Parts: sequence; C-alpha cells; structure tokens
Amino acid sequence: MEFFRIKNDIPFMRHALVFNIISLVTFLLAVFFLLTKGLHLSVEFTGGTLIEVKYEQAADLEKIRGSLGKNGFNDFSVQNFGSSQDVLIRLPLRGEQNSAQQGERVMAALSVDAPGAALQRVEYVGPQVGRELAENGAMALLVVIVGIMIYLAFRFEWRFSVSAIIANLHDVVIILGFFAFFQWEFSLSVLAAVLAVLGYSVNESVVVFDRVRETFKKVRGLTTPQVLDRAITSTISRTIITHGSTQIMVLSMLIFGGETLYYFSLALTIGICFGIYSSVLVASPLVMWLGVSREQFVTKPKVIEGANEDGAVV
Amino acid sequence: MNRYPLWKYIIVAVALVLGFVYTLPNFYGESPAVQVSSAKATIKVDPRTLARVEETLKTAGITHDGIQLDTVGVKVRLTDPNTQLKAKDILEKTFNPDAADPQYVVALNLLTASPRWLTSLHALPMYLGLDLRGGVHFLLQVDMKGALTKRLDSLSADLRTVLRDKNVRHAGVNREGERIVIKFRDSDTLAKAKNAIADNQPDLILTEQPDGSEFRLVATLKPEAQKKIGEFALKQNITTLHNRINELGVAEPVIQQQGADRIVVQLPGVQDTAKAKDILGRTATLEIRMVDDSPGALEAALAGNPPFGTEVYNERGGQPLLVKKQVVLTGDRLTDAQPGFDNQTQEPAVHLTLDSAGARIFKDITRDNVGKRMAILLIEKGKGEVVTAPVIRSEIGGGRVQISGRMTTTEANDTALLLRAGSLAAPMDIIEERTIGPSLGAENIKKGFDSTLWGFAAIAVFMILYYQMFGLVSVIALASNLLFLIALLSLLQATLTLPGIAAIALTLGMAIDANVLINERVREELRAGMPPQAAISEGYERAFGTILDSNITTLIAGLALLVFGSGPIRGFAVVHCLGILTSIFSSVVVSRALINLIYGRQKKLTKVSIGQIWKPAAAAVNGKKQG
Repeated sequence: MEFFRIKNDIPFMRHALVFNIISLVTFLLAVFFLLTKGLHLSVEFTGGTLIEVKYEQAADLEKIRGSLGKNGFNDFSVQNFGSSQDVLIRLPLRGEQNSAQQGERVMAALSVDAPGAALQRVEYVGPQVGRELAENGAMALLVVIVGIMIYLAFRFEWRFSVSAIIANLHDVVIILGFFAFFQWEFSLSVLAAVLAVLGYSVNESVVVFDRVRETFKKVRGLTTPQVLDRAITSTISRTIITHGSTQIMVLSMLIFGGETLYYFSLALTIGICFGIYSSVLVASPLVMWLGVSREQFVTKPKVIEGANEDGAVV
Repeated sequence: MNRYPLWKYIIVAVALVLGFVYTLPNFYGESPAVQVSSAKATIKVDPRTLARVEETLKTAGITHDGIQLDTVGVKVRLTDPNTQLKAKDILEKTFNPDAADPQYVVALNLLTASPRWLTSLHALPMYLGLDLRGGVHFLLQVDMKGALTKRLDSLSADLRTVLRDKNVRHAGVNREGERIVIKFRDSDTLAKAKNAIADNQPDLILTEQPDGSEFRLVATLKPEAQKKIGEFALKQNITTLHNRINELGVAEPVIQQQGADRIVVQLPGVQDTAKAKDILGRTATLEIRMVDDSPGALEAALAGNPPFGTEVYNERGGQPLLVKKQVVLTGDRLTDAQPGFDNQTQEPAVHLTLDSAGARIFKDITRDNVGKRMAILLIEKGKGEVVTAPVIRSEIGGGRVQISGRMTTTEANDTALLLRAGSLAAPMDIIEERTIGPSLGAENIKKGFDSTLWGFAAIAVFMILYYQMFGLVSVIALASNLLFLIALLSLLQATLTLPGIAAIALTLGMAIDANVLINERVREELRAGMPPQAAISEGYERAFGTILDSNITTLIAGLALLVFGSGPIRGFAVVHCLGILTSIFSSVVVSRALINLIYGRQKKLTKVSIGQIWKPAAAAVNGKKQG
C-alpha cells in the first residue's frame, strides 16, 4: 500500500504567492480577532474560583443561579460541563480577604437551595498567581522561540531559521486566533499544547529544509523553485503520515479525554493541521523570497587566475 | 552490515527487562491500609510500636494481610475498606487515648498490592498526582514583611533589655516601619549605647541620625540577616504546618517550599477542605504584652485618643483593654502548651512552657511588674484578641507559666492546641487551591488511559497495514517506548497528572514520527534501486540526523515548559521531556535491533516486507536518483 504515487514534482512554488496571501489573510484575521475579542482566559490566568459539582439527576441551572444570587454572589457563571449532571460554577476574584473560602460558601449555599450536589473539584487562584502564570507562560513562549531560532541558525543558515520561525509563529497566532474567535477557554494546558506544537512543527520545517539543502548539493541544473518543489514532494508522504499518526492520537484524546483534555487536544489539532500547511507552504516560499540559492550550499572552488569556465588551466 | 554486536542486543534486552520489571507494579493496583506514624518529634515509631499495633489488632480480632515498618511509620495492609475503617478506629483509640492530645497519627492509606520482591527492588507504581487520586492542593504565600516586622518588634524589646543592663538611659525605643529608632538626651549616652548594641546585636546596622536637637540612633537589619529571617520564617512555617497537618491524619502529606516565599501543601485523599483550610489558615500568633491600667487611660483610648505606645484590644468576653504596643514575648519562645487544671482552684487552665531565653525574659518582666496585669494576645489575620489578662502575683521563674481564669475546658483545649501547634513565624495566605474529588480522579485516570489505548491501537493498525513487517517493528518499538516511559516515571516517582497522561499519549503520537521517517527512507532507497540490506542500513543512517533534529526542537519546547511551567504544565513537561528521550532510544536502537534480528542474518535478501513500493515510470526512465 502506498498513498502517494507522485510521478513528477508538484509545482508548489508556482502558487507560492497564493499560499502566502492565504496565510497573510488568516494571520491578519487571527490578529484581528485576538485584538477585538481577546482570549477567554481560564481561572488560572485571571484568578478566581472554579467549582465543579455533580448532581445525581440533570442539574437545574436556574435553581443554582438563583441560590447563588440569593447568597450574595454576583458576576458568577453557571454552566453544564460535559454532561447535564455536571455543573461548572465560576466566580471572579473579590477584593475581600476570604475569597479563598468561596468554595465552601458556594457549597453551603447550594446545599440549601439546590441540594444533592457533590463537590468534584475546586480551583482557587489568587490574583498574584494568575499574573505570574501569565508572565511565565509568555516567558516560556519567548524562550522556546529564541531557543529554536538559535538552534536553527546553528543548524542552517539564517534564511531558514527566519522562515521557520515566522511560519511557526504564524501557526501559534492562528491557534490563538481560533481560541479568540470561538471564545474557547484558554487554559494552562492549552498553552502547553501550543508550545508543544511549536516545537513539533518546527521539526517539520527542519525536515523539509534538510531536503532542500540536500537537493541543492546533489542535483544540478534546477532552479531554486524547482529544488524546493522537489524537496517538498519527496517529503510530503512522510509529512502527511507522521502528522496523521500524531493526529490519530490527538483525535483519540479529543474523543475519550473528556472536558479536561478537550481544548488541549483541540489546540493540538489546529496546530497540527496548520503545522503541515505552514512548514510546507509558508516556510518554503519565505525561504525563496529571502533569496536562497545554490551558491550558499556549494563550497566555492578556488578561483585560479586565467582559468576558463571549467576551471582548467592551460 | 545489518548486524548488531552481541552487546547491543544485550543492552536492548536488559533495557526491556528493566522496563518490564519497573512497569509491573502499576498493574497490581492498591490495597487498603492503615498507617500509624508519630505526631510528635519526641515519639519514635519503632519495632515496639509495630508489636503494639499487631497486638491491638489481634485482640480486636482483625486479620491483616501483612504489617511493615518503614521510615514513615507502621503500615498494616488490610483486606477490604470495611476492615480498614474498623482497624483505624481501634488503633486510634489505643494509640490516642486522649483525643485532645494525639501522640500518633492514625491515617487511612493505600499500599501497592505488588509482591514484596518488587517493592524491595524499589519498583513502585507511578506516583499519582492529586487530579488522579483526589485530594487538596494549596499554595501558601508567606508574608515575609510580616516576619521582618515581628523580628524587629522583638529586637526592640531586646534592645531595651540591653540598654537597661548596661545602665544606658534612652528616651524611647520604637519601631518605625522597617527600622528601630532609639532616642537619647545627649551624644555621650548615644555613643555608649551604640557600642553596647553593636557588641550585642551583630545583625543590626547602626546609623546616627540626629533630628533637630534630638540624638537618634537608627537600627536596621543587615540584608543577610533579613534573608536569614526570611528563610527561618519559611522553615518554621513548614514545621508548624507539619504539626498541624498531623492533626488531620493524612497518610502522605506533601509540604514543600516553592520559590523563596511559598509553601505547597498537598493532602491526598482529604475531602474535608473546610477543615483543612481552617487548620492551615490559622495564622494565630501569640504575644505577651503588658496592660496599661493607669486611671483614665482606657477612657481616653475609647474616646479615640489612646496614650502613646498603647492600643485597645477586646478581651474574650467583650471587655475592652488597653495594651502596650511593646511586645514582651512572642510565641517563638513557647515550647509547649497543655490543657489542664489549676492546682488550687481546679479551674480549667493552660500550662505553657517557655524556652530558656523566654523564661529569663518572663522572670524579669514578672519581677518588675508584680501586681500589674499582663495580656496574652492571639493575633489572627491581623486581628488581635486578648485570651486572658491575669494579674502577676509574684515573680515566675523556670519558664513554666499557667494561664487560668474565665475559661471552659473546651476553650482551654482549643487554646492549648492552637498554641502547641506552633505559632507561625510569619502570616500566610492561601493563594491557590485545587480540590479534586476521588471519583473525578478515577474518571480522569480512565479518560487518560482510554485516550492512550485507542490512539495507540489506531496507530498500530495503520502502521502494520501500511508498512507490514516494518510497521510491526515500529509498533513494537513504540510499545517499548511506552514501557520505558512508564518504567522511568515509576522509578523516578515523578508525579503523574492528567496532563502527564496527555503527554504520554502525545509523545507516543510524535514518537512514531521517527519510525515513519526511517521506513520512508528505506522505501525511498529501495525505490531508487538499492539492494534491501543496503537500503535498510542507509535508511536508518540517513533518518537518524533528521530524528535527532526533530527531537531537539521538541525538547527545546519541553524544557522551556519545564522551567517556566507550574502546576499542570510541569506535569505535562516532565513526561514530555522524558518521553522524547526514551523515544530516541526505542525508535532507533530497539527497532534497529529487531530489524537486524529479522533481516540482518539473511545473506541473500531480495525482498523486505515494508509494504508496496511504487516506482514511478518516469523515475525509471531518467534514472535519476531522488535525493
């Protein structure tokens, strides 16, 4: 069995401009949604309290809301979490000292007006922790980017490292754009997924670039776009299969992992799909625009005075 | 060319055996147990305790599945949760006859049900995080500024003593913010005082700061002293938390420092968060101060005009009391507190024991203030309450103090417990909390397990269909990767969380990449017309560089997550990083060993089972080797 029976190199680079425009538009849209809608940050970043309770029967959300309202809570959100029996209650941070006690107060309030709730999970995050997590998250992103750039610069020449990092940052921004557009909850585990994807899809670019370099060195008489086309064509099978395998795993998490892993695997899914696209169709054209050429890879023969084109001296 | 030397096969075999052995305990599950450990530093759990536990259970007619003594305490394995509860009750009664003063911690626990030979190899099941086993996690922030102020307060008291001892007359010692200001009438006394203090208190930096006509000496703490105080406060708070948590009877509490000023507390299996929080959150500190009983002073204070250096506190029962700001003694000097009864009046009382420095100060203060009242204050979350304000009848030496009066037995018990549990060196606040119910934990394990299982199965089916024998080898390599990863996690006892399980799944999904790379390369070489043996060898060689590259970039991301991540992210990152390392070994070395075993010995290998290799006609015509 072989999926990819490619006779000739696929002329990816002929449509390079189109791909880059598509990328640019998606990227700008993502930025636009990030700016206008913003991310729906989880309690971990904003600080606050999150309480998950389980009822024996389908929970009556209105009753829960009423009970909380009656007990002096405001600005809370109550929603189902996964099933009709599971309820997630979110409370914002409050200035007062006893915000760490909110979990108990909610349970006390529920036991009166909406009895039968079993406490599944409480998460309370204080304001300073939230801010720190956000800072550390940004820091981690920065370190990953710088680390990968240094590695790529050391491994390839600058054109490659610049294109790879641009292509993959474009992935990150697009994932974030999706989370902003759909207002999916952006939690710490989503951040972990984003960073894991960043490392993962850079490696995709590395594989393609490896081939580009190899092709430049081995095959003579091809123009730069042709070299890129050949490199991409010869790796496309591997690209699709590995990403497919990873995606199988992620899909399995998406299906069986429950609510907690849902957004994590969703971020990975988007990341993997755009990872293929960007490393193949964004990074390579970028390398081309940046002016990569054969001369950069072939060690120049010594120029001897009086030599003819073939380098022979009479 | 495709033969491994024997030692390489041996390495692979040994790695697989070790991986299997250390993964094994995870399959045995856990059996209910009761654990008896010491609640006090003075009480040691030794073989005699073990004998006593055995004896107690025998008398009660409870059969057990084994009993052992380790560094933590005596652990008794029981057959089912019902006997576990029964055993706990009877042990609790025997070991802690006085519930108000527990000597031992008797807690429910779970022990691995794996056979003893495994346990003796340190082969333990993976350490499950709270989100998988249920429990409470708290992150506490220690108020270092509070610790410094407290220290400065007690330093001011020390300075007064020093100056009095040296007969140096001062015009007031006061703490102003983070410094102590001492006033003098003339420069001679100032110089004398400076020398005396410098000899006595090496931690202070002294500077002369005349203010108009006043001679002032300003003392501040040296930076290294401040640092030491901070470290000490943190350490003391951790010890105090240990003592307090012992009251809760948790089998395996985790109390750790995090960063410079934070403490993580994890209580697996604890569901009663309200009680846990109550016990942790009690930031009560004890202070002994003198009462200002001068006529009219209290009235003036209640009118909003307290005399200098005093403040109003309410006594238990509501009576206001004017107390001097100067702290005579703090809870640091307290070594023990026990409830009891007054010898003469038979009133409930609390007996306090002070350390030697505390005893000396107490002796001095009681000698100088016979007939006056002293207030014992409990400061909780910045709010003080006078527990009692007894009249000093005579000088009290020896460091044994009794507080009595207007107390019920329960109150005496409570006060003693609170004081004994140790006052905190610095106040703390809960800044993060996670509580996970036990059913949610079990659900999370199942979800994580299912995801990995089905994902793995799907990949296995695909790989075998697509690459046939090579696919099968890849799947075996992937399975060995899973084995190594779980063995490593069990061996390191790294905490496994739900994000950690997700990382296992993701790592497997990514690790197959290496084998796909290899298989594709081998196919490509075959397509280019290379003989099978050469194609295998070439395929592995060439793919290795790419595999290394791709793993390094993923590892960079993993390490960054490890360094900057906290909580759930760290759990993810640890597994992710370990998984990358094991995957390099399994996908390259293990799979190559298998391929070598299968194909390496055949001299005239004409065909390998790697799925159909489709050769494009064009490629055959121009004969160009595809790079």
